Amino acid sequence: MEYFLELLLGGLTRGSIYALIALGYTMVYGIIELINFAHGEIYMIGAFTGLIVAGLLTMLGFPGASILAIALICAVIWSAAYGYTIEKVAYKPLRGAPRLSPLISAIGMSIFLQNYVMLSQTSDFLPFPELIPEFGFLKEYNSVMSSSELVIVAATILSCIGLTLFIKFTKLGKAMRATAQNRKMAMLVGINVNMVISATFIIGSSLAAVGGVLIACHVGQINYYIGFIAGIKAFTAAVLGGIGSIPGAMIGALVLGLTEAFATGYVSSDYEDVFAFSLLVLILIFRPAGIMGKEKTQKV
Amino acid sequence: MSNLTQETSQQSFISFFLTAGCDSVAHAVKKSFIVAIWFVFLTFPIMVIQVNTIEKTVVWHWNKIGYVAIAVFFGSFLWRWLLARKELKKDESTEETRIEGLLTRIQSHPLLKLASLGVLALAAILYPQVFDLYQTNIMVSCLVYIVLGLGLNIVVGLAGLLDLGYVAFYAVGAYAYALSNMHWGIGFWFALPLGAVLGTLLGLLLGFPVLRLRGDYLAIVTLGFGEIIRLVLENWGDITMGPSGISNIARPGFFGMKMSIMDSTIYMYYIMIGLVIFTIFCVNRLQNSRIGRAWLALREDEIACQAMGIDKMKTKLLAFALGATWAGMAGVIFAAKTTFINPASFTFWESAMILSIVVIGGMGSIRGVIAGAVILILVPEYLRNFAEFRMLLFGAIMVLVMVFRPQGLISAKRKIYKYEASNTASAANE
Amino acid sequence: MNNPVLNVKAVCKDFGGVRALDEAELSVNDKEIVALIGPNGAGKTTFFNCITGIYTPTSGDVLIDPAAKGQAVRINGKKPNVVTELGMARTFQNIRLFPSMTALENVMIGTHCRTKASVWGAITRNKATREEEQAVIKRSYELLQLVGLDEFVNELAENIPYGKQRRLEIARALATDPFLLLLDEPAAGMNPQETKELEALICQIRDQFGISIMLIEHDMKMVMSMSDRIYVLDYGRMIATGTPQEIADNPAVIKAYLGEDDDA
Repeated sequence: MEYFLELLLGGLTRGSIYALIALGYTMVYGIIELINFAHGEIYMIGAFTGLIVAGLLTMLGFPGASILAIALICAVIWSAAYGYTIEKVAYKPLRGAPRLSPLISAIGMSIFLQNYVMLSQTSDFLPFPELIPEFGFLKEYNSVMSSSELVIVAATILSCIGLTLFIKFTKLGKAMRATAQNRKMAMLVGINVNMVISATFIIGSSLAAVGGVLIACHVGQINYYIGFIAGIKAFTAAVLGGIGSIPGAMIGALVLGLTEAFATGYVSSDYEDVFAFSLLVLILIFRPAGIMGKEKTQKV
Repeated sequence: MSNLTQETSQQSFISFFLTAGCDSVAHAVKKSFIVAIWFVFLTFPIMVIQVNTIEKTVVWHWNKIGYVAIAVFFGSFLWRWLLARKELKKDESTEETRIEGLLTRIQSHPLLKLASLGVLALAAILYPQVFDLYQTNIMVSCLVYIVLGLGLNIVVGLAGLLDLGYVAFYAVGAYAYALSNMHWGIGFWFALPLGAVLGTLLGLLLGFPVLRLRGDYLAIVTLGFGEIIRLVLENWGDITMGPSGISNIARPGFFGMKMSIMDSTIYMYYIMIGLVIFTIFCVNRLQNSRIGRAWLALREDEIACQAMGIDKMKTKLLAFALGATWAGMAGVIFAAKTTFINPASFTFWESAMILSIVVIGGMGSIRGVIAGAVILILVPEYLRNFAEFRMLLFGAIMVLVMVFRPQGLISAKRKIYKYEASNTASAANE
Repeated sequence: MNNPVLNVKAVCKDFGGVRALDEAELSVNDKEIVALIGPNGAGKTTFFNCITGIYTPTSGDVLIDPAAKGQAVRINGKKPNVVTELGMARTFQNIRLFPSMTALENVMIGTHCRTKASVWGAITRNKATREEEQAVIKRSYELLQLVGLDEFVNELAENIPYGKQRRLEIARALATDPFLLLLDEPAAGMNPQETKELEALICQIRDQFGISIMLIEHDMKMVMSMSDRIYVLDYGRMIATGTPQEIADNPAVIKAYLGEDDDA
C-alpha cells in the first residue's frame, strides 16, 4: 500500500511538471498551430538560470526560502525573454509559410539552444542546490512524500488555477481565445494578434521556467539535455489531453505522469521512456484529437 | 557613364542595406542598439556567469558581453537587410541564383555536361589515390550521408512527409548486419540487400499506422518511433548487447581476399561511390515518373490529389518505405565501415542531422542534398577548431535557411516535358 | 428509357445537430447536363462532397451505373480516389490545382488512376513505362488544347490567369476518364465573355466524350441555356426539379430565391 502511495505521489509530481511544460505547448499550438519544438529548451534554460542565480545568492549568504523565490522570479523573467525572442526570430518571419517550415525552424532553434547552453556552461551534470526547505509536518510521511513533491504539486495547481482565471476573465485572455479560434477574424475586430502571440509565448515560457526550477530542486542535478526528453513528454501530455485545450493539457499530463510512475514501478524501470513514447504513438494513431480535443473536419 | 551608374547603384545598395526596414540611418542604428542591449540582457546569465555549486566559486566572463553586443549590433543590420530583400524578391522567387544558373547552363550543353561529368568521375576515382586514409575515411562518411540524405529526400522532399525518426531504419540496417555477422557470419554482400529489405519492411510496418496523421503529428510520431527503437536497442541487452554495442563487425570482403585497413577503406570508398551513383540514378528516375508526380501533387494538396484518383495512403507508404530502404542499406554500410556500432550512433540528433542536410541543401533537389551533405559533413571535419560549434551552427543554419531561403541552397527543378517539338518527351533533368 | 448513370436516393448528411442535406434525391442520365442550383448555404457543395466520397452520407444511397445498363453500384463511404477511379471526377469551387506544378503536370496527375507504372517500371524505365509515359503526355497535351490552354503547357499552375485555372481544373478532371463530370461553380469569377466560352466548352465536352455533366452554378443565364434538367436545393432539401422552363415558373423556387442576394 505504501509502495502504491509512493508511486501515486511520484506520478502526481511528474504529472505536475509535465503539466507546466505542456501548457506552453498547447497554448502555442492553439494560437499558431505550431509544435514549438524549442519549448523544452526554454524549460532547460529556466532551470539553468535558476541554478546560476541560486548559486550566486547562496554564496552571498541569503536565506534558503528567499533564494528559491528570487531564483524562480529570475528564471521566469529570462525564460519569458527567451520565449519572446525565439518567436520573433524563428517563427514570426515564417507566418504564412508552408506548415513544415516553422517546425523545421523550431527544431533548428532547439538544437541551437541546447548547444548554446552546453558551450556557455558545461556538458556535465551540474548539482542543483537544495532550495526547498524540509517541512516539519511532513516528517512522519517522508517515506511517501517529500516536501519538494508537495511544493511542486501545489505550485502546479496554483499556476493552473491562475492561468485558467487569466484566460477566462482578463481582456488579454479573451483576446487569446479569440485568436486561437480565428486569427484573421481576431485581427479584423482590432485585436493586436502579434501582441497576443508574444504574450502566449511569454506565459508559456514562464510556466515552463517554474517547472524547470522546481524539478531541478527535486532531482538535484541538471544538464543541457534535460529539455529534450521533458519537452517530448510534455508534448505527449498535451496531445493526450487534446492539443490546444488548456484543461486537456493538465489532465493529459496527470495521466502520463501516473502511467509512467506505475509502469516503471510495477513493470520495469529500464523502459521508462518507452512507455511514454508508446503512449504517444498509440494516442496519435487511435485518437489524434486527444481526451478533450475535438476532431476537426477539413473544409473543402 | 557605366561607371557612374555603378557608383550610384553601389551607393543606393549601401543606403538600402543600412536602412532596410527602417525610416533612416539614425533609426536603424537606434534599432540595432536596442536589439544589442536586449541580447546582452538575454544572454547575460547563461553566457557570462559560471557557477560551481560544489566548490562555491563563480567565474565571470565579462568579455562575452562585448562579443554578443558587437555581433548582434552588426548582425541586426544584416538580418533586416535580408528580410527586406526577401520581401522585395518575393515575386521573383522562381528566379535562379548564380550557381543554379551555372548548373543549368552546364546541363543544357551536351558537351559541357559530358565534360563536367567526366571531370567529376575522374576526381571520384582518383580521390583515394591522392588523399590519405584519414581523408578517404571522411569522404566515405560523407558519401554515407549523401545516400541517407537522398533517401530521406524521397520522404521529406518529394512526398512532403516530415520524418523525424529516419534514423530508426538506419539503425535496423546496421544492427541487422552486425547481428547476422556475429551469429551466423553472414557477409556484407548478403547483408546489403537484407538491410534494404528489412528497411522496406519496417517502413511499411511503421508507415501503415502513422501515415494517416497530418504533417506535424506525423513528425512527432516518427520521432517517438525512432526513440522507441533506440531505447529498445539500448535496453534489450540479451540480443543487442545493450549500450556497449557490437564490435568486430567484418568489413566487406572481396572474393575472400585479405585486405589491409588502407585497402579495405579504399574498397569501401568505391562501394560507396557505386551506391551513391545508384541512388542518384534511382531517385532521379523516381521523381520524374508517374509516382514522383503523385508525390509532388500529394505534397501540394491532399484533397485535390484524392479527388484525382490517387490513393493517398498507398502513395505515402511507397515514399516512406522507399526512404527506409535506402536507410537500411546505409546502415549496413555504416556497420561495415566502422566495424563497431552501439545505440549512441542512432539518437534523434542523427535524424536531425540528416534532416538538416535535406533542408539546407534543398528539399526535393538531388544536387541540393549532395551539396548539403558535402557542406555539413566535410566542412566541419576540416574546420577542426570549430568541431564543438558544429551542432550550434547546424541549428542556427536550419533556422536561417528556413527564414531566408526556404527552398534550400539549390532549389528543386521541375522536369520540362516537351510535346510540340517532337513526339517524344525529351527532358531537361536534374 | 435508359438507366441513370448517377442515382442519389434519400441522402442525408448531419454535421453535429445540423442537417445539411435532408433526403436529397437526384439522378443524372447518360449524356445529360444537369444543373444543381440553390441559394448560398443550401448544401450544394456538401452534396458534391457526399457523392464524391469526401464526406460519408449519414444515410441514403449513392448509386452509380457507368455504362447505363442497369448495373448500379453503391458507392457511399468509398474513398474519394476510389470514386474517381469508378468514373466520377470533379472540380472545386475554390480552385484546388497543384500550384507549383506545370499545367501539363496537373493534367498528367489526372491520368494517374488510369495508368500503372510501378516503382520498378520507373527505375528501369522499361518499354511499357516509356510508352505509357508517351501516351500520358500526348493525351494531357490534347486535353490542354481542348480547353484552350496549349500556350500555358509548361507554365506553373499558380501563374495562370484565374479564369484559365478553372479550365485547367476541367482538363485535369477529364484526364481521369470520367463517365460523369462534376463541376462546382465553373463560371465563378468569370466575365460574360468567358462564361459564354465556358458554356460552349462544356457542351463540346459532352458531345465529344459522350459523358454526363453535373454542375453547381449561380449564373442563371448559363444554367437556363445549357442544362437539360435542373435541381433546386434549399436548406438541404430538393425543392424542385424539371426542365429550365419548369423551374423558371416554379413558385417554390421563386420563393426560395426571393430576398436572397444577387445570386439569382
